[in-house]
Amino acid sequence: MTDQSNPPGGTPRTTPVKSATFDDYTLSEIRRAAATGIYDIRGGGAKRPLPHLDDLLFLGASMSRYPLEGYREKCETEVVIGARHAAKPIVLKTPITIAGMSFGSLSAQAKEALGRGANAAGTSTTTGDGGMTPEEREHSNKLVYQLLPSRYGMNPDDLRKADAIEVVVGQGAKPGGGGMLLGQKINERVAAMRTLPQGIDQRSACRHPDWTGPDDLEIKIAELREITGWQVPIYIKVGASRPYYDVALAVKAGADAVVLDGMQGGTAATQNVFIEHVGIPTLAAIRPAVQALKDLGMHRTVQLIVSGGIRNGADVAKALALGADAVSIGTAALVALGDNDPKWEDDYRAMGTTAGAYDDWHEGNDPAGITTQNPALASRLDPVAAGRRLANYLGVMTLELQTIARACGKSHVLNLEPEDLVALTVESAAMAGVPLAGTSWIPGQS
Amino acid sequence: MTMTLTNTGLIDLSDTTVREANATLQAATEGAFTLANPGGKHALACGLQHPVSVTIKGHTGYYAGGMNKLAEITIEGNAGTGLAENIMSGVVRVTGDASQSAGATGHGGLVVIEGNASARCGISMKGVDIVVGGNVGHMSAFMAQAGNLVVLGDAGPDLGDSIYEAQIFVRGSVDRLGTDCIEKEMRPEHIALVAQLMDRAGLYADPAEFRRYGSARQLYHFKIDNAGAY
Ligand SMILES: Cc1cc2nc3c(=O)[nH]c(=O)nc-3n(C[C@H](O)[C@H](O)[C@H](O)COP(=O)(O)O)c2cc1C
Repeated sequence: MTDQSNPPGGTPRTTPVKSATFDDYTLSEIRRAAATGIYDIRGGGAKRPLPHLDDLLFLGASMSRYPLEGYREKCETEVVIGARHAAKPIVLKTPITIAGMSFGSLSAQAKEALGRGANAAGTSTTTGDGGMTPEEREHSNKLVYQLLPSRYGMNPDDLRKADAIEVVVGQGAKPGGGGMLLGQKINERVAAMRTLPQGIDQRSACRHPDWTGPDDLEIKIAELREITGWQVPIYIKVGASRPYYDVALAVKAGADAVVLDGMQGGTAATQNVFIEHVGIPTLAAIRPAVQALKDLGMHRTVQLIVSGGIRNGADVAKALALGADAVSIGTAALVALGDNDPKWEDDYRAMGTTAGAYDDWHEGNDPAGITTQNPALASRLDPVAAGRRLANYLGVMTLELQTIARACGKSHVLNLEPEDLVALTVESAAMAGVPLAGTSWIPGQS
Repeated sequence: MTMTLTNTGLIDLSDTTVREANATLQAATEGAFTLANPGGKHALACGLQHPVSVTIKGHTGYYAGGMNKLAEITIEGNAGTGLAENIMSGVVRVTGDASQSAGATGHGGLVVIEGNASARCGISMKGVDIVVGGNVGHMSAFMAQAGNLVVLGDAGPDLGDSIYEAQIFVRGSVDRLGTDCIEKEMRPEHIALVAQLMDRAGLYADPAEFRRYGSARQLYHFKIDNAGAY
């Protein structure tokens, strides 16, 4: 073939090459930073390729393992969270919970839809950095109430209405960072709930105001139990960074359950540099966390709830096989409600983005009516229909999870185990502590 | 709760667990209680939600009077970290000193510290009034959102750092103001407010001797020119 770019008889030229280091995105970000003088803020989780649960495979049953009949033999999915200290633990019909997302970051319609979907599936929802709304309490049968560093909207009445309490130490998207909600979303109601002036750019604290370190936290948790009469479970949520030590310290501090959020985990808003460069992937975090629980004799006594990039029943099955008791979803739940739906493509284009890439959730202009406080946009989301979609999606994930569990011969999804898994890459084999497919090699162990 | 339960009396923490003591106090809808031998125990008299009165005879540990509603609690001694944290209403009083984060995130009510308060007094306060007879430590009223902090003595470094709409009144010296906290004019209505708060607290000084501090509101919006302020 002749090279069309080279003139006939002239000196042959090589094709222009763009740098892998200075790729188009990087160049555009340098130009943006140079023009504006402010870092890039966005919602969502890490977008770059990372070792993930996709890098694992199930082996399934064969000569040495017997499968269960699909559709005929029972494969249980019920999971109990928080029986370590709480008189009333949370019973989940499916081990897929809805993660904490604040009213403020989400519209009231979106919060209601999350509650409706979770109710239909028999699972729990979670408040967020902004307090509990009466609507979300009403529409969520099992509601986890977050205690965050900001303590926006925190009050003992709502605390006593909660079915569980989640002390948020960190989030996978930004371990070491606090919440952020920009002025566009601080409308009158959001401002009143948070005791803030309307329209300011809110940056929440990242450290709790009244405790420092695990010894204090143990006392803080005792206080929360005293106020709620030792009735409801208390979770501790950490961003994945040093999971072995963080989980061990959470157990020591008296947690009934630990929520471990990997770096793919979504956020409503934070600096892009934080999302992409701080914390470790979900895949890398699970085994050390489980090891900490096992070393303390607490595996299955203190439940481990894993989040960060959970998308389908296979992800759930893999997280459980690695030792988690349940998972939690944020981004995927929003997508089920209608986030980033191509039907709003014209609106996305008008904002200079496209369906699937829209992440300026902090700006409050979500055409799908989910990450907004604009009444006109929010009214686009029908909470009943959106709740139905979420319920369907949770149902599909649960069926997928059962399909895999039955294929591995398990009568309860919690019977999935690392021995059911192999890894596709050397790095995922090392992180997950399972053999590279077709070998018996676990890097670093064998 | 609609039932009226009056259970006035003495609870001796040398032979009663914290759980039992708190359960009794939380269930009572009226009456006066005395907690003897607190021994620095944590989470004493927390989560009360009725207009009972509680006197604690001695020192308390962390989170005494935490999340209080309506009750009037007096600690005859010193208090540990997080005194009256997230108080909603009612009064929590300490006759001695209070450790870190006294009145943290309080939404309403009154916290009185007759002695000194340590660091971060009134951190993230959201409407509570706090009156301190002595001094307050560093980073007091950090990120304070609403309410009033009245200090009859001196304030440590970085007072009112990143403050929102809370007001701070200090009679003595201020070691150093925090980021975005400035001195503001003390007008007659502020003198009246300080007088009224001291009156409620039962602590007295000349209200005209106080100076007022609050937010410059320069950090309310992201601006690149503010980056150096942090
Ligand atoms: C819109 C949005 C708002 C969020 N708000 C909170 C919050 O208030 N508190 C919190 O602990 N985590 C918050 N998160 C993080 C989620 O609780 C969860 O950790 C994360 O979404 C899980 O990862 P996934 O999005 O990949 O499923 C938020 C996430 C999103 C997407």
